[in-house]
Amino acid sequence: MTVTETKPPVAPTATEPASTVPPSRGSRFTGAAANYIDERTSISGLVKELGRKIFPDHWSFMLGEVALYSFVVILLSGTFLTFFFQPSMASVNYAGSYPPLKGLDMSAAYSSTLNISFDIRGGLLFRQIHHWAALLFIAAIGLHMLRVYFTGAFRKPRELNWVIGFVLFVLAMAEGFTGYSLPDDLLSGNGLRIIDGLIKGIPVVGTWISYLLFGGEFPGTKVVALFYSVHILLLPAILVAALGLHLLLMVVNKHTQFAGPGRTNENVVGVPILPTFAAKAGGFFFVVFGVIVLIASLFTINPIWTYGPYDPSPVSAGTQPDWYIGFADGMLRLIPPGWEIVWLNHTWSFNIIIVILVLPLFLGLVAFYPFIEGWITGDKREHHIAERPRNAPTRTAIGAAGVTFYAVLWAAASSDLMATHFQITIEGVIHVLQALFFLGPIIAFFVTKRICLGLQKKDHEIALHGFESGRIVRLPGGEYIEVHEQLDDYERWRLVSYNEYKPVMLRPDSKGRITAGERARAALSRWFFEDRISPVTTTDIERSAGHH
Amino acid sequence: MAQHDDGGENATAGSAVVKSEPPVVSPGTAVIPSDAFENPGLPPHRLRATDLDPHKDRVAERRVYTLFFLSIVGSLFAVASYVAFPIIPGNTMSVRLNTLMLGLGIALGLLAIGIGAIYWSKNLMRGDELTESRHPIRGSAATRERAVEIFKEGNEESGFGRRTLIRNTLIGALVATPLPAVVLFRDLAPAADPVAQLEHTMWAKGTRLTHDPTGVPIKAADVTLGSVFHVIPEGLNDKADRLEEKAKAAVLLMRLLPADLHISPGRESWNYNGIVAYSKICTHVGCPVALYEQQTHHLLCPCHSSTFDVTNECEVIFGPAKRPLPQLPIAVDSEGYLVAQSDFHEPVGPSFWERT
Ligand code: FES
Repeated sequence: MTVTETKPPVAPTATEPASTVPPSRGSRFTGAAANYIDERTSISGLVKELGRKIFPDHWSFMLGEVALYSFVVILLSGTFLTFFFQPSMASVNYAGSYPPLKGLDMSAAYSSTLNISFDIRGGLLFRQIHHWAALLFIAAIGLHMLRVYFTGAFRKPRELNWVIGFVLFVLAMAEGFTGYSLPDDLLSGNGLRIIDGLIKGIPVVGTWISYLLFGGEFPGTKVVALFYSVHILLLPAILVAALGLHLLLMVVNKHTQFAGPGRTNENVVGVPILPTFAAKAGGFFFVVFGVIVLIASLFTINPIWTYGPYDPSPVSAGTQPDWYIGFADGMLRLIPPGWEIVWLNHTWSFNIIIVILVLPLFLGLVAFYPFIEGWITGDKREHHIAERPRNAPTRTAIGAAGVTFYAVLWAAASSDLMATHFQITIEGVIHVLQALFFLGPIIAFFVTKRICLGLQKKDHEIALHGFESGRIVRLPGGEYIEVHEQLDDYERWRLVSYNEYKPVMLRPDSKGRITAGERARAALSRWFFEDRISPVTTTDIERSAGHH
Repeated sequence: MAQHDDGGENATAGSAVVKSEPPVVSPGTAVIPSDAFENPGLPPHRLRATDLDPHKDRVAERRVYTLFFLSIVGSLFAVASYVAFPIIPGNTMSVRLNTLMLGLGIALGLLAIGIGAIYWSKNLMRGDELTESRHPIRGSAATRERAVEIFKEGNEESGFGRRTLIRNTLIGALVATPLPAVVLFRDLAPAADPVAQLEHTMWAKGTRLTHDPTGVPIKAADVTLGSVFHVIPEGLNDKADRLEEKAKAAVLLMRLLPADLHISPGRESWNYNGIVAYSKICTHVGCPVALYEQQTHHLLCPCHSSTFDVTNECEVIFGPAKRPLPQLPIAVDSEGYLVAQSDFHEPVGPSFWERT
C-alpha cells in the first residue's frame, strides 16, 4: 500500500482545484485546454517567466508602442489592398467609374488604384488607412529614436538594439518610398525620375544600376512589379525579423526606467504584463488603430486621381516627396551651381556624389553614436536608468545639432514654397539655408548646452537650498525674507541621482607611449565633460546647513 | 537565478559596480562619490477612488462594459454602412459617404475597446507598482565557461581548426555559392547597351514638332512672341515605348525677339526667327523643366529650383544643375510646319558616368 502512495500521480492535471469549491464548467474547460497545450508545448514555463514581468510606465515609452501598432495596422490594411491592386505597368484604357479620367491610357497599376478608390466599398478607406498608418509609423519611429537618444537609453547593454532600431527606421523609409511609387501616378513617377537621375550620377555603376532597376530605359515597364515584390515581400520579411529581434532584446534587457525614488539600476518598478500591462498595451493598440481609421475616414491623403497617370512631361509647381524623404531632396537643392566636372573622360556629378556621401555619413553617425559615446566615457557598466536630457548636456546638445541639421535639409525641400509664401526670392531662401546648413547645428549645440547647464544649476540650487515657498516673513531686525522650504527625500532624489563623468586624464600606456587614439579620446572627453555640474551630495547639504 | 534575488528596492543607485559578478566592471571616467544620497525607496502608495469607494468601483465597472458594448454597436454599424451606403458609379459623393460611414463605424468599434481596456486597467486592476530585480545580462561565469567548452569540444570532434584544408575549402565554397545570384540579375534589363540608348532620342532630320499631348503639328506662324509650347516629336503617341521616348524627347518651344538671343558660333541656324527649342528634361536629375517666366526668359525646374536662361542658350544661372539644357536645331518645312534639323547634339537629361 505504501508503495502506491509514493508513486507520482499518473496524469497530473492543471484542473485539480486548489480550493474545495467545485470548479465551474467554464474554468474546467479552460483548465483542460491549458493542460492540453502545456503537455504538448511546455508553455507554462514561458508564462511563468514572462507572465508577471514588470514594465515601467512613462508616456514617452509609448512612442515605440505606437510604431509597433501602426505597423500591425499597415500589415492588415496592406494585405487587403493586395487583393485588389495589380502591380503591372501594362497599358490599359481606363473604363472605371471616375469620370475625368475615363478613356485615358494608363498603367494597370494606376487603373487598379483608381478602382480601389472608386469602385470598391471601403477601398478608399483602406488606402487611406494604409497611407496614414505608414506616416504614423515613420513619425513614431523617429520620435521613439529621439526619446531613446535623449534619455541615454542606448547605453550598454542596449547598443545593439539601438542599431537594430536604426535598421528598422531605414527599412520603414524604404517601405514608404516603394509603397508611394506603386500607384504609378504623376507625383510618385516624378519621385522615381529623381531617383533615376540620382542613381545615374553614381560613378562607374550608376548607369547600369538605373538600367537594371527600371528594366531598360526610364520609366520602363518593370519598376512597379519590382517595387511591389520588394514592398510586400522582401522588406516586410526583413522588417518583421528585425522587429522580432528588437522586441526580444527589449525583453532580455528589460525596459529602462526614469530615475525616481525606489527605482534603481538593479530593479524594475512598474506593472506586471498580466493583467495590467496587457490590458493597457492591448487597449492602446486598439486606440492607435481606431485613431488611424478615424483620420483615414475624415482626411484625404494622396489623392492620386487628381494627379493623373505618370507622364514624363507635365509637372506641377511645388512638387514634393512624402515628408520623410524630404531631407534627401532638400540636400539636393542646397548644392551650389556648377558642381560637376568631366575628368578622365568621365562625368563626375559632385552635385549628386556629395549628397550620396553626406547623407549616409549623417545616418552612420546616428547608427554608431552609442559606440562613440561608450568609447569616450569608457564606462562598461550596465545602465538601466533613463537619464533626464539636461543631465547629459553635451549629448543633448549633439542631439539638438543633429535635429537642426535634419530640419535644415527638410526645410530646403520646401524652399520654393517658403519663397512664395514669404514673398522672397528662391535664391535668398537657398542662400540662408546653405548658411544654416553649417551654422544651424553649431548654434543649436551651444544654445542647448547652455540651457542644459542652466537647468542643472537650478536643480542643484533647489536640491541644496530648497525652493522658494512664496511665504515672506519679517525678521526681528525688520528685514523681509522669503522662506525657503526643503525638499522631501523623494523629490530631492529625483534631482540628485544622476551620473557624472570627468574628462579623461591623458596618461602614457604600459610602453610609455600616448597613442593617437587616446589623444583623440581625451580631446573628445574634454569637449564632453569639461563643463559639468556635479550632483548634490550629503556632504554638500551638511556644509550648506552649517552656513545657516 | 536564486543568487540574483538580492537586488530589491534597497539597492542604492549610484552604486558603481555590479555586485554579484566577480570581474569588476570599469565605470570609465564616471565620478562615484562616497557621500552620494541614498535612494529613499518607493514612496507610499496612494489608493485610488475605486479602491476606497465600492460605489465608484461599480460605476467604473459599468463604464467599462458600456464601452465594450458600444464597440459592438460600432462594428455592426460599419457592416450596415457597407450595405446602406453603396458606391454609385461616377458619383464621388457616394464614395466619400461610404468611406466616412464605414470608417466611423470601424473607428468606434476599435476606439471603444481600446479606451475600455485602458480604463479597466487604470481603475479596476491592481493600482500599486511592483518591483522586479534585474540581473546582469551576461551569463554567469559557469555558463560562459561551459559555452567555451562546448565550442572547444565541437572543434575537437570535427577537427575544424585542425583540418585546415577542409575548413578553407568550405569557406571558399560558401563564398562562391551566392555568385550565381549576382549574375542572375543581369536580365532585369534587355541585352542592349544602355549608354547608346541614352545618347539618342526620337528626333531626326525632318521630324515635325507637335503639341504635347495631342500630337498636332505646329506651324511656325502660330508661335507668337512670348508664347511657350510643350512639344513632342511627331509619331510619338503611336510608339510602343511611348513613355521611354517621351522621357528623352520632350521639348519646350519659345519665341523671343531675335535680338534678345545670344547665339554662340555654330548655332546661328538652329533657331527660326527667334523660335528656339530646348530639351525639357532637367540636366540635374531629370525633372521636366516646366515653368517659363516670360519677363525674364528664365526656365525654372520645379524639383530643385535650377534656373536656365533662354537668352543665353539655357545656361544655368541658379540651382544644382551644371549643364545648359541641350538645344534642338529646328527649321521650317515646305508647308510651314516646324521640323527638327537633326537629333540633339548631346545626350539630354541627367548626367551619367559614361557621358563625355
Ligand atoms: S531636376 Fe531640375 S533642378 Fe533637380
